[in-house]
Amino acid sequence: MTFTIPIDNGDSVKNAEADSQRTLYPYVTGTSIVAIKYKDGVLMASDMGGSYGSTLRYKNIERMKAIGKHSLLGASGEISDFQEILRYLDELVLNDNMWDDGNSLGPKEVHNYLTRVMYNRRNKFNPLWNTLVLGGVKNGESYLGMVSMIGVSFEDNHVATGFGNHLARPILRDEWHADLSFEDGVKLLEKCMRVLLYRDRSAINKLQIAKITEEGVTVSQPYSLNTFWEFKAFHNPTAGAEGSW
Amino acid sequence: MMDLNLDAPHSMGTTIIGVTYNGGVVLGADSRTSTGEMRFPLFFTLLGCTLRIELPTRSQQLTDNVYVCRSGSAADSQVVSDYVRYFLHQHTIQLGQPATVKVSANLIRMLAYNNKNMLQTGLIVGGWDKYKGGKIYGIPLGGTVVEQPFAIGGSGSSYLYGFFDQAWKENMTKEEAEQLVVKAVSLAIARDGASGGVVRTVIINSEGVTRNFYPGDKLQLWLEELEPQNSLLDILNAAGPEPMAI
Repeated sequence: MTFTIPIDNGDSVKNAEADSQRTLYPYVTGTSIVAIKYKDGVLMASDMGGSYGSTLRYKNIERMKAIGKHSLLGASGEISDFQEILRYLDELVLNDNMWDDGNSLGPKEVHNYLTRVMYNRRNKFNPLWNTLVLGGVKNGESYLGMVSMIGVSFEDNHVATGFGNHLARPILRDEWHADLSFEDGVKLLEKCMRVLLYRDRSAINKLQIAKITEEGVTVSQPYSLNTFWEFKAFHNPTAGAEGSW
Repeated sequence: MMDLNLDAPHSMGTTIIGVTYNGGVVLGADSRTSTGEMRFPLFFTLLGCTLRIELPTRSQQLTDNVYVCRSGSAADSQVVSDYVRYFLHQHTIQLGQPATVKVSANLIRMLAYNNKNMLQTGLIVGGWDKYKGGKIYGIPLGGTVVEQPFAIGGSGSSYLYGFFDQAWKENMTKEEAEQLVVKAVSLAIARDGASGGVVRTVIINSEGVTRNFYPGDKLQLWLEELEPQNSLLDILNAAGPEPMAI
């Protein structure tokens, strides 16, 4: 038997440095985040799952966190990188408070900072393996933006990460409109989350919805959604195939 | 580098468990270390046999009141544990009182996260401090820290997710918690080739630390396991008129 040894610039067996500069792979991951602007600010939804490959290993992970007074950060992707980003932001907020000048970081500034961090890591081939959603309200203006692990950054009226890109966005494009009430906003998010629950294997049925307004950030208690399985077609799908159930 | 197989969590040759109870924590683990899974198929064929070492302690003391359960690469977990013991020792001197479980967990996290490219170890940190009582922190591959009422890890843990989903409850007594841990490790040993040997537990609470030892042959028998005998001859001699009947 012949073995071929692939030629590789960053041979991590012989060169330890190469390893620490390689792109990584995620281990514990969070799935989609869905967020929309509404009348009073921004609403964001995420489930509480941390998957480990195909195992739904952790079921109590909070993937949305308040940043300062005006912003809310939601993350999908590698949880350890999200935790590290929160540490960076802690430092950012601390330094901001230390100026003691009455001003405080708004969502636009936080989003910009995160974009710089993510893009610079991408340039070093050592990304933070997350897609981040940053929402907030400052001085009456709502803000909602997204940054991916390769540094792609933009703002929009509604955003979604991961599977939400494919499953939630079409719903949002059809049904989002300006000045949604809180109730309508929540119902819209729940519609998206329910679809994700049916179709995304990494989704778990335990979610939180967070609201950010001029007053501040509130993250709801964890709760579960109803699902419907009583389609006639499901009751007896094997009617044509004798002997199957 | 190998292709990204996002669907295969790396199995780590052991079973480790940490459980909180009403007053403290119980940590438990098996005692087997095995070699036999090579990750570079270009150079070596997969070793078919396993070398089993039944001696090592998997629960290691970080400080008086905090222990860590190690899984994954024995070398990686040992060196991480050694560094953290060193840091905690200094920290305790500077602080003037026992370190908290959270600080211990965060030091492990620091090493695990910043060296995530090179390390292959999953850890469970458990202990008791006067501020928060008994706490368990799981630190899987990648360096995520998750505070949990109970944590399981290692290759044997795959067989325990369902068991704990059903058997875990809040506010157990110390005895209930330890029995649960021993039962769980024992069940994992029954199904996981990379787990085996003896079960060691560590109970940590306000009163201190208790280490217990459960030899493999004293554990409860599970499905399709038979009472161990010295020899067939003992069975034959004890039996009645038809000793060799099938």
